[in-house]
Amino acid sequence: MNEHVKSIQRAVVGKGIAHDSAKKHVSGQAVYIDDMPDVPGTLHAALILSPVAKGMLHGVDMSKAAAMDGVVAIVTAGDIPGHNDIAPILSDEPLFAERDLDYIGMPVGAVAAETFEQAVRAAHAVQLDLTEEAPVLDIEEAHARGDHVIAPQRLVAGDVDTALASADRIVEGRLEIGGQDHFYLETQIAYAIPGEDNDMTVHSSTQHPTEVQHHVAHVLGGYANAVDVQVRRMGGGFGGKESQATIIACAAALLARKTGRPVRMRLKRSADMSATGKRHDMVSKWRVGVTDEGRIVGADVEYLARAGNTADLTGPVITRSLTHTDNAYHFPAARVVGHACKTNTVSNTAFRGFGGPQGVITSEAMIDQIAGELEMDPNRVRAINYYGPDTGETTPYGQPVEQNRLVEVTDLVLQSAEWQRRRAEIDEHNATDPVIRRGLAMMPVKFGISFNLPSLNQAGALVHVYQDGSVHLNHGGTEMGQGLFVKVAQVVAEVFQLDIDAVKITATHTGKVPNTSPTAASTGSDLNGMAAYKAAIAIRARMTPVAAQHFEATEDEIVFREGRIHAGNRSISFAELARMSWAARVSLSEAGHYATPKIHWDGKAMKGRPFFYFTYGAAVAEVAIDTLTGENRCLRADILQDCGASLNTAIDLGQIEGAFVQGMGWLTCEELWWDDKGRLRTVGPSTYKIPGSRDVPPEFNVALLESAPNVEETVFRSKAVGEPPLMLAVSVWLALRDAVASCGKPGLSPNLRTPATPEAVLDAIDDIRARSA
Amino acid sequence: MTTHTAFVLNGEPVATEVRPDTTVLDLLRDHLGRKGTKEGCAEGDCGACTILFRRGGDGGAPMLAANSCIMSVAQIDGGEIVTVEGLAGDGAVLNAVQDEMARNGSSQCGFCTPGIAVALTGLLARNSDPDEDAIHDALAGNLCRCTGYRPIVDAAKAAAARVRIEPAPAVDENLVTSHTDAGGATAHRPRDLRGLLMLRRDHPDAVLLAGGTDLGVPLAGYETSWPETITTNHVAELRRIDAGDDHWTFGAAVTWEEVLDAVAEDYPSFATLIRRLGSTQIRSMGTIGGNIGTASPIGDGPPALIALGATITLVSLEGGERSMLLEDFFIDYRMTELRPDEVIASITVPRARVGETLRTYKISKRYDQDISTVCGAFWLTMDGRTIADIRIAYGGMAATPKRAPHAEAILRSKPLSVENAREAGAALASDFEPLTDWRGSAAYRQRVAASLIERLARDVAGETVEVMAL
Repeated sequence: MNEHVKSIQRAVVGKGIAHDSAKKHVSGQAVYIDDMPDVPGTLHAALILSPVAKGMLHGVDMSKAAAMDGVVAIVTAGDIPGHNDIAPILSDEPLFAERDLDYIGMPVGAVAAETFEQAVRAAHAVQLDLTEEAPVLDIEEAHARGDHVIAPQRLVAGDVDTALASADRIVEGRLEIGGQDHFYLETQIAYAIPGEDNDMTVHSSTQHPTEVQHHVAHVLGGYANAVDVQVRRMGGGFGGKESQATIIACAAALLARKTGRPVRMRLKRSADMSATGKRHDMVSKWRVGVTDEGRIVGADVEYLARAGNTADLTGPVITRSLTHTDNAYHFPAARVVGHACKTNTVSNTAFRGFGGPQGVITSEAMIDQIAGELEMDPNRVRAINYYGPDTGETTPYGQPVEQNRLVEVTDLVLQSAEWQRRRAEIDEHNATDPVIRRGLAMMPVKFGISFNLPSLNQAGALVHVYQDGSVHLNHGGTEMGQGLFVKVAQVVAEVFQLDIDAVKITATHTGKVPNTSPTAASTGSDLNGMAAYKAAIAIRARMTPVAAQHFEATEDEIVFREGRIHAGNRSISFAELARMSWAARVSLSEAGHYATPKIHWDGKAMKGRPFFYFTYGAAVAEVAIDTLTGENRCLRADILQDCGASLNTAIDLGQIEGAFVQGMGWLTCEELWWDDKGRLRTVGPSTYKIPGSRDVPPEFNVALLESAPNVEETVFRSKAVGEPPLMLAVSVWLALRDAVASCGKPGLSPNLRTPATPEAVLDAIDDIRARSA
Repeated sequence: MTTHTAFVLNGEPVATEVRPDTTVLDLLRDHLGRKGTKEGCAEGDCGACTILFRRGGDGGAPMLAANSCIMSVAQIDGGEIVTVEGLAGDGAVLNAVQDEMARNGSSQCGFCTPGIAVALTGLLARNSDPDEDAIHDALAGNLCRCTGYRPIVDAAKAAAARVRIEPAPAVDENLVTSHTDAGGATAHRPRDLRGLLMLRRDHPDAVLLAGGTDLGVPLAGYETSWPETITTNHVAELRRIDAGDDHWTFGAAVTWEEVLDAVAEDYPSFATLIRRLGSTQIRSMGTIGGNIGTASPIGDGPPALIALGATITLVSLEGGERSMLLEDFFIDYRMTELRPDEVIASITVPRARVGETLRTYKISKRYDQDISTVCGAFWLTMDGRTIADIRIAYGGMAATPKRAPHAEAILRSKPLSVENAREAGAALASDFEPLTDWRGSAAYRQRVAASLIERLARDVAGETVEVMAL
């Protein structure tokens, strides 16, 4: 594709074009699934949820609910004609509980009624005959009992025991890393419309239409070809609608099959936050061997992850934690082990970063602790451990660190953030202020792009050119707000040299592009953009000879530019060429397919080249803490992110800012709180606090790394952007640690759990003061 | 008696026969086909359902942002509503706020966006030149999970710079009907206190509904229904603010937004607390009487009002009026002095006098639109270098909002030094036994309550004591 990229002048790609739905968003005209008009006969549905964290289900008494106004059908596990399993990888996750109740909020059944209100009220009225048992809620307790959903994963490089034995000193630590609810503004929803021959059309708010298609077919006991899944847009996803959307879609489809009527199922916020999974909370523990100069010689790291009641995606999430424990740093020897602890809490799932954030924060905690205990500048410790010719250039899993931009991005951000001046000012402030302490920190992020599982790294696209010169675009990626649709449309417009408005963006549809991968792992535009690119290039290649024949020119003389096709000083419109191509019986439709090159992965050995490339970013954050109350605030953040040659600078900027603030929420104010019965008590925004507008740093400088096209052959040399900047928010947590450290003696490293709520910060201050006494 | 609820929607009269305990959001979406307004949480915290609202009978008042998810149809008769579909008006597609949001990348998934466009339009119609602080205040009730807010704040500034958004003109005085009876539910809308008291006596089981910002939450969750409702927000006596030279008397149905306007000059610290008590959406509906009557141990109004020495007046048809110190009104968890036939008539609050100091501090996980882990309110007068009189009240520390007599006793007649403040803080252990919950552990609450007295000492001495002041 190299020569194609060179031959195309960039007219559309790389511009800061607004989100394709922006005007519809602001005017309320964008249609989400709950806004679609009811097909006549439509029923509305709600889930019946387990009220206990662990127990045995003996029976379901529906009599009271069935007699309520408007109730049409109630289904439980026994009503499933196919298989009662919706696990994305293994076969351990029933759609509806059969005998074992495993968490509060576990779906037991569903109710369909004439109105949504009637369905919700009836679902609450269903009586469960059950025996309650003592739940396991703590991950360390589960680990000690040997309760795991899958076998441990081990990533080993070199001889870590020998390395640690040879180290000048050992730095040991432990970190409690909180989970996170996705809090997409649109709760989970699906609308299932039955057709003839047991066909089922499902409008699903999902990042993974193919998985919804397969599971609906599986649950209904039919084939995938009878199920059509469509998604025009989601009101946010963030990973929460990757595997979790199947619960809602399958329940809606089951009720639609049972009643023969269309069924719309939406989760109330509290049901959504109770029944669907979240980011894994983890405990990480490390023993790191270092030289007196701060050089890491070996790292022995262990993660205990809260899988919840089933495996779901916990396996690959942990894989990404293990493969991001190095973050930016070369470990000559490493042993990184991850345990998937089984608890009686909701099964945790994908969330932007997908285990990467837990790995990166552990990495940075180790660096910060080394710096603290060695009384070194943390950025000096970072610099001497960065991947590079002086340290090493191979990750513990065997992938070479190529197009290494670590020094470049960190140097630039330290400069633009005026590190030296501010460091001195903050130290001076902290020496005198009795109550308010400030903190400053810089950190880099290196993030691997591609699904760890090679087979997911493929995509399809379908492009049609019509005789009027308009273009229909469809691909396997889904739009959740991240701007994928406009980016891919830019790619296609660029190939044909058309205005972006000439390309019609259409809903993701399993009937148009099959066997899709989830829109996840930041790969949406890399994969789907390239598939669409290939489709458009193929059509253009077939149109070119038609133009050459028309102009009686050679194909080399044909140029697509500004909506017209030129040969020397003559030109015709794109629409004219489309009509001529049709008349010449040339196909104007193409299904493009793309498979990421170069990648391979041995999941057993945990070795290979799982990632096509790395992205690099760096951030500097400044915070203030109140040492009387623990209240804290980020005052300034400076960010530099490598997006390659950006496909759309406005969209990428939005992704970076949004990810950073979401990461800040994960690390500061968003706290999931379970009571001793295993009930999550933070199931709405009144108790679960995501950042508000005032929580954004008042000084927030965000930049894209300039002149940095991807060395790998990605679409127009761009790089992925969705997840990596979320981890830059670890800089805020590091700055909080820096502020807490100012309350203690030199040589001590703070113990600051996440989220760093006021209470957590105050506990860390108490702890370091006690150790300093 | 009528079966209709009549109101003005985006400038057009609408009459509906839905039950009066239907939420306004469900009315808009399910019955009137206005799908632009979204449900994000059904508890008045995310703002996706934001509308502009003016109560019936409030002709001259500005239209304010409100949460349609927790508002019931009982509250809108005779009122006016603007939804996202009506923002642009006059056949225009987008107003300036919407246009700037579309240009500035202020939407990603777009689900929160209509509510944000409505909230910002509401702001600019009241304040054509808002500073950053005012924009954050207007956005405090709107959550966005995608953008990180920066482009939203920028769009608000750009829209303000570009055009003056005219407040929606009030429709000629709409008739507020006294009753609506539809679908088996009744809403009574008395217009005067006597009418309210008669209804209260005759319908002791009816829901007494003020702003509905608390009661509306289980309604929005379909966890309750209200066969019979008596609204207070058209009762003339309860909507009144009497401002005297040395006190205000706030009718129970005066909204927090109105209280905020009244007290801001006398008590800036109380004003800050009121802004944090809830978003514009909450303050525009939530009332001072409702905040007290719901008797939550974590309500933010009572600690400040107790510290100020406020009194409450209750009234019933048979028993007439009685008044008491607000601190004596609260008996136990969600239990008050209010008798079944009584209503809260008013709250009387002393105005600021020279030599008095009031400080309020709220500790929560998020600055805006959060519920207090601990809320401390401190009122004091000095006699030279020593404290002459002091009242300390806390929320979040006990089953009711409550004073701290042991801590007060230690500080009385002493200088407000850090040392004395710490001693008083330690004495709080004799005043409170707080609980552990998702907002904070008992130990943290006890610890931070004490810290707030030290903060008071430092604050009064002129130190910068809050990170938000940086």
